[in-house]
Amino acid sequence: MEAEIVRRIAHLSRIALPESELAQVAGQLDSIFALVAQMQAVPTEGIEPMAHPLDLQQPLRADQLRSETPSREELLASAPRAEDGLFLVPKVIE
Amino acid sequence: MSMAWEVVIGLEVHVQLNTRSKIFCACSTAFGAEPNAHTCPVCLAMPGSLPVLNAAAVDKAIAFGLAIGAEINHRSIFARKNYFYPDLPKGYQISQYEIPIVGRGYLDVLLPNGEEKRVGITRAHLEEDAGKSLHDAYPGESGIDLNRAGTPLLEIVSEPDMRSAAEAVAYLKKLHALVRYLDISDGNMQEGSFRCDANVSLRRPGAPFGTRAEVKNLNSFRFLEKAISYEMLRQQDILESGGKVVQETRLFDANSGETRSMRSKEEANDYRYFPDPDLLPLQLDAERIEQVRKSLPELPDARKARFMAQYGLPAYDAAVLTAQRELADYYEAVATGQDAKLAANWIMGDLLGALNKAGLEIETCPVPARELQILLARIADQTVSGKIAKEIFEILFHEGGSVDAIIDARGLRQITDNTAIAAMIDEIIAKNPQQAAEYRSGKEKLFGFFIGQVMKVSQGKANPDLVNALLREKLQAPATE
Repeated sequence: MEAEIVRRIAHLSRIALPESELAQVAGQLDSIFALVAQMQAVPTEGIEPMAHPLDLQQPLRADQLRSETPSREELLASAPRAEDGLFLVPKVIE
Repeated sequence: MSMAWEVVIGLEVHVQLNTRSKIFCACSTAFGAEPNAHTCPVCLAMPGSLPVLNAAAVDKAIAFGLAIGAEINHRSIFARKNYFYPDLPKGYQISQYEIPIVGRGYLDVLLPNGEEKRVGITRAHLEEDAGKSLHDAYPGESGIDLNRAGTPLLEIVSEPDMRSAAEAVAYLKKLHALVRYLDISDGNMQEGSFRCDANVSLRRPGAPFGTRAEVKNLNSFRFLEKAISYEMLRQQDILESGGKVVQETRLFDANSGETRSMRSKEEANDYRYFPDPDLLPLQLDAERIEQVRKSLPELPDARKARFMAQYGLPAYDAAVLTAQRELADYYEAVATGQDAKLAANWIMGDLLGALNKAGLEIETCPVPARELQILLARIADQTVSGKIAKEIFEILFHEGGSVDAIIDARGLRQITDNTAIAAMIDEIIAKNPQQAAEYRSGKEKLFGFFIGQVMKVSQGKANPDLVNALLREKLQAPATE
């Protein structure tokens, strides 16, 4: 696994990965891919792929509004920054 | 001038479904609430919260699929589309990827030249909307409102079947009319309930497709047309100067009428889709689909055919009147018990003209259908003439009120009394002996002069047919002195 690919995956996942750890993580990812390759070698012809490990189907909810709502203040309280009812985050536009 | 280029257009349309609650939680979808008033642990992505699918969103997607003649997938799968943006609290959007709920279908579109064209629809899938970011109010920070996060969306992807901006607009209008007919969305483009992205590329006719640019942020029919026209010129310039069109996302700027590159997002188009382990496969049995089929309303094409059969309207009138559900409803309310063609003429001419001039839509029409129906009835029972009716319509449109009250208050009742009209005519002939003599000696053009005089004296209220008949009779009689 090339360092460049590891860097890209880390960026897409927003994980800060120090340069010094790239090689180690690349090695770990390689062994995971080896396991995947081993599983992919299993003959699965004619077997429908599963989308979920449980053989159940999605239950549906009636289109109704919740009667009890946690207050907005309560919900905003868990954010590091909030003002005027808005969550505040570091500026995301150039 | 260069050899002709052919434009190839496909549209992706995001339709907000008009459910009461969000797609995966019981928060309200109402527009315009205080920021974050409609949020809960599920749509805020609090750890441990789990999504539960809204049955109404599923049924509305099925209704759409049935209306475009599509295969409804009995098993569809929800997937995570991973990207980071603060108005997407989970760090992924729940969408459908490999198996969407609605498969391949089509829409027959009426083109401006009167021809019909079939546009393929590749698929339609369910997903959740993101929240909104406010960038200007806080220095160095962005404000995040997650009321919209989790609003159900149906993303409708067309085939690259359209070959002009006009065709794309015609398709989008038909799609808009369809979701309104189905009552699966309010279709409000200003509020973002119906949003369009366009994939635009150029090629030489018969050649393989060229590289396309995706233009976002097209929230009106006019913007779609402008953006496509701009892209066609931009790409033609590039290709004819030997360059290559870059596959990228571009943003339409409504102020300048131009599109510009959104470079920042380009690189991040690696969404790493995978099935969402929080949601099981959605299984639809034939019974549920049949239930939705039974509840489908009359759709635009069927309604057009019925208008032609039931009201004897020409195809053009029927197409115009059924292009919007509200307009078709209005027409039927007016035409009930009245001359159907006359009703069509009034609505397509006077009413749509007045609405257009005032910048209003049929939904905000100041004249209730009931009043226009009464006005037609008053023409039919000869209470007023067609000419006076136009005056009454102007008053209804600009000042409001009811037809009968306006007729009474302003004394607009048509004069249909033979004796009264005959008296007027006698007086006019007596006052204009010279013209009468000339008419009688063969100058028939003067008939119009006398009609004008009677209308003037009666303030336009004398019944035109009676005036005509009586005048002819009296002028043809020999002078009585």
